[in-house]
Amino acid sequence: MITGTGTTASPAEVATPPVRATSLLRRSLRLWRTRIGVLLVGVLVLLAIIGPYVAPYGPSTPVGVPNSGPGGKAVLGTDYLGQDVLTRFLYGGRSILATALIATAIGLIVGVAIGLIAAYSRNALDDVLMRIMDVILAFPQIMFALVAVAVVGPQAWVIVLAIALTTVPRAARVARGAALPVVERDFVACSEAMGVPRWRIVLGDLLPNTLGPLMVEASLRTTYSISVIAALAYLGLSPNPNSPNWGTMIQQNQIVLATQPWGAVMPIIAIALLTMGTGLIGDGIARTAAGIDRARSAE
Amino acid sequence: MTAPEVATRSVEPTQPAVSVTDLEIQIAASSTPVVSDVTFDIAAGEILGLVGESGSGKTTVGLALLGHARRGLRIAGGPVLLGGRNILGLGDEQLRRLRGEAVSYVPQDPASSLNPALRIGLQLREVLEAHVRHRDGGQVDERVAEMMREVALPDDRKFLRRYPHELSGGQQQRVGLAMAFANRPSLIVLDEPTTGLDVTTQAHVLTTVRELAGLHNVAALYVSHDLAVVAAVAKRVAVMYAGRIVELGTSEALFSAAGHPYTRRLIGAIPRLTGGRTLVGIPGHAASPGSRPPGCAFAPRCNLRIERCDEEIPALRLVSSDHQARCIRAEEVLATEQRRAGDPIEQPAAAEPAAALRLENVIAMYGQQEVVHSVSLQLAAHECLALVGESGSGKTTIARAIAGLHHNWTGKITLGDQPLDASARRRSAEVRRSIQYIFQNPYGSLNPRKSIGEIIEQPLRIFGTASGGEASRRVAEMLERVALTAGYAARYPDQLSGGERQRVAIARALVCDPAVLVCDEVTSALDVSVQAAIVELLGNLQRDLGLSMLFITHNLPLVRSIAQRVAVLHQGTIAELGDVSQVLGTPEQPYTRQLISDTPSLEVAAAEVGLAEPEIP
Repeated sequence: MITGTGTTASPAEVATPPVRATSLLRRSLRLWRTRIGVLLVGVLVLLAIIGPYVAPYGPSTPVGVPNSGPGGKAVLGTDYLGQDVLTRFLYGGRSILATALIATAIGLIVGVAIGLIAAYSRNALDDVLMRIMDVILAFPQIMFALVAVAVVGPQAWVIVLAIALTTVPRAARVARGAALPVVERDFVACSEAMGVPRWRIVLGDLLPNTLGPLMVEASLRTTYSISVIAALAYLGLSPNPNSPNWGTMIQQNQIVLATQPWGAVMPIIAIALLTMGTGLIGDGIARTAAGIDRARSAE
Repeated sequence: MTAPEVATRSVEPTQPAVSVTDLEIQIAASSTPVVSDVTFDIAAGEILGLVGESGSGKTTVGLALLGHARRGLRIAGGPVLLGGRNILGLGDEQLRRLRGEAVSYVPQDPASSLNPALRIGLQLREVLEAHVRHRDGGQVDERVAEMMREVALPDDRKFLRRYPHELSGGQQQRVGLAMAFANRPSLIVLDEPTTGLDVTTQAHVLTTVRELAGLHNVAALYVSHDLAVVAAVAKRVAVMYAGRIVELGTSEALFSAAGHPYTRRLIGAIPRLTGGRTLVGIPGHAASPGSRPPGCAFAPRCNLRIERCDEEIPALRLVSSDHQARCIRAEEVLATEQRRAGDPIEQPAAAEPAAALRLENVIAMYGQQEVVHSVSLQLAAHECLALVGESGSGKTTIARAIAGLHHNWTGKITLGDQPLDASARRRSAEVRRSIQYIFQNPYGSLNPRKSIGEIIEQPLRIFGTASGGEASRRVAEMLERVALTAGYAARYPDQLSGGERQRVAIARALVCDPAVLVCDEVTSALDVSVQAAIVELLGNLQRDLGLSMLFITHNLPLVRSIAQRVAVLHQGTIAELGDVSQVLGTPEQPYTRQLISDTPSLEVAAAEVGLAEPEIP
């Protein structure tokens, strides 16, 4: 965990790890909403990870007549090419989750860094940084990604960078907002009077005291990233249109929604539950940090 | 002030306006008592002072008189009779009507009790109209104007059209008082209404409270941590400790001859304007609910403790007429003479002429506004110089300029013979190490995410004084020095009390052997007994380590107990500067005299309460 000052860890410090953010996570787990969220996300992540190993067929193996209903060799029926829906569903989560997590992580790290620097600088740099963020913020996330993919091509790195870049200003705004009151607190002034280097003040004083809102923001941004990436795949903008992918599956199988719904419905349910799960986790952390439901969670 | 209508309510002289019997308040989840056995009466027109340190349950009792318990708490025992009616049994709707009509509340922070978006005139009208339906607006206007006159505020239209932020803190609190008295309630609960106000403003507010309560025959409960303030406003005082009333009696009896050791120690901890005495803090701290001892709650900190103290909780019993104390040895306590305060401070021999810190024509700006006008000061080596002033006098700005935290100033500040740069960052490490600053609020000056060990170690690492095992050893040593134990190093700030946090802040400031220590209102966020202990500690450290200390405070009596010289700051200029005994004993400037006379003190309180009868013109 980041404490910023743990460079000269003495044995005493090791004995009492100064990680306090986990206590917020742990406390938030007393809330049912967080537990449900963790359960949903856990199940779906597990599904995405081990899915390919337990899938009955290969992802591109034709197993029957296209668009046939459940039964026989295919538990959930076949898709428009006669491939097994269950297999493609089990394969289809990985790429979405991986892209979403990597993109969100990059966006958050850069955004939080910009936000904290802006909040701490309290001068023209703050204005310059935040106005640049505003410019990026002016582009809707999905449109920005569409333009990027249309210009460069639907490579994975383009999608990751596009999502990361549009996450940056949002994370920066939250980080700056959370850090502004912390900057005014006396322990920051104390560090300044002592002559602590600026980067250490940002990492040691500001970052640990903004972790609460930042964790909420992280889960929210993950939620949005998942839906944007799924939407891009639905529009056919994924690195390999023929590879199994929840977004692509919806698009490919929506025509036969009335006769063989499983090909579209399964990925829809998965994406819905995943975003709900990350949303619930974020909400649970936010509520715990704000002290709402304290009496209820104590029971 | 014009004569408002005479109160029409008839109150039986024998029946108290408020009668609380065996009030018990528990934590709802665990049924742990927070407040127990609280029994008192308040007569109509009487002000009862309720004194206690933080965590004693005084605010909880105050809120219970409104039928309210904070979230997580439950009122488990009563009754609380208001004019013969038990308010604890009332439903929500009845309670809502009761509040504001029969009971009202004045909170600590006036700014948060007024809606910042509404003009004060409108807010005053709302209070009136919420409970009584008035037929014509003129009648309401007339009442609003009358309310304003009662609290000595202008009643013209222009003033009523102001927003809360356009009023000073004292004016806001007087608007709060006007609203509380608006519907002529029979009981008012005032929760530290003058904390955070300057002494001059505080004196006005206290007078207003006394006059209004007497004038309208309102029973008032005045909750405060400040004994001197309570002594100035209340004739009878209840002292709370660990959820129980430990002593209840007239303020004269309590302050001249208290029957409970806690009250005695508390009084000993109050700084005095007359005579420089060391303050004696109370060692240890009050047990929190759930971990209170089976016997007398004060026993673990009491120097009169005997075995029987731990066996059962002593009863609150009469020790003389109208004076109750909850101590089995109350008679013995009463028989001993009240020790007013600690030993006289030994004045060190004439301070050495070498100046440790020198300010020459320092002019400090806040934006375009000049807040400090050409201040020149000298802090001699090994002396403690107090800088006293009301809020806005520029005292904190001066302190921050010295520490390199306020950059916008001109003039010259020299450390020894070395001129200082405005910004701490551009000063040499040696200068930054030599000048250490202790902040007002120990809750804000410690990073909550770092352990106490890391916090105290930080200066050692920054200045390269020590690292590794040597650093841990010095941290442990420093913790012992500030009367904590080495075990605190592994704890986090939120596990510490306010006093303990301030000790940590002192340890952090002293760990790298500074020459000059700047203390900015270091005790203003602390309880009196804790304040006394901190001042005691700072005084000892200053003498032992030969520190030069600039002690900034708004608390005039406190200066007596720590400083050798004092500078009185008024609107950015030094009004008076000299030896403490001279400035406080025979002040030359009218401003200093005014400040001294407005400072509530136990000495003059008795006399003042005697004169506290409202003057009805």
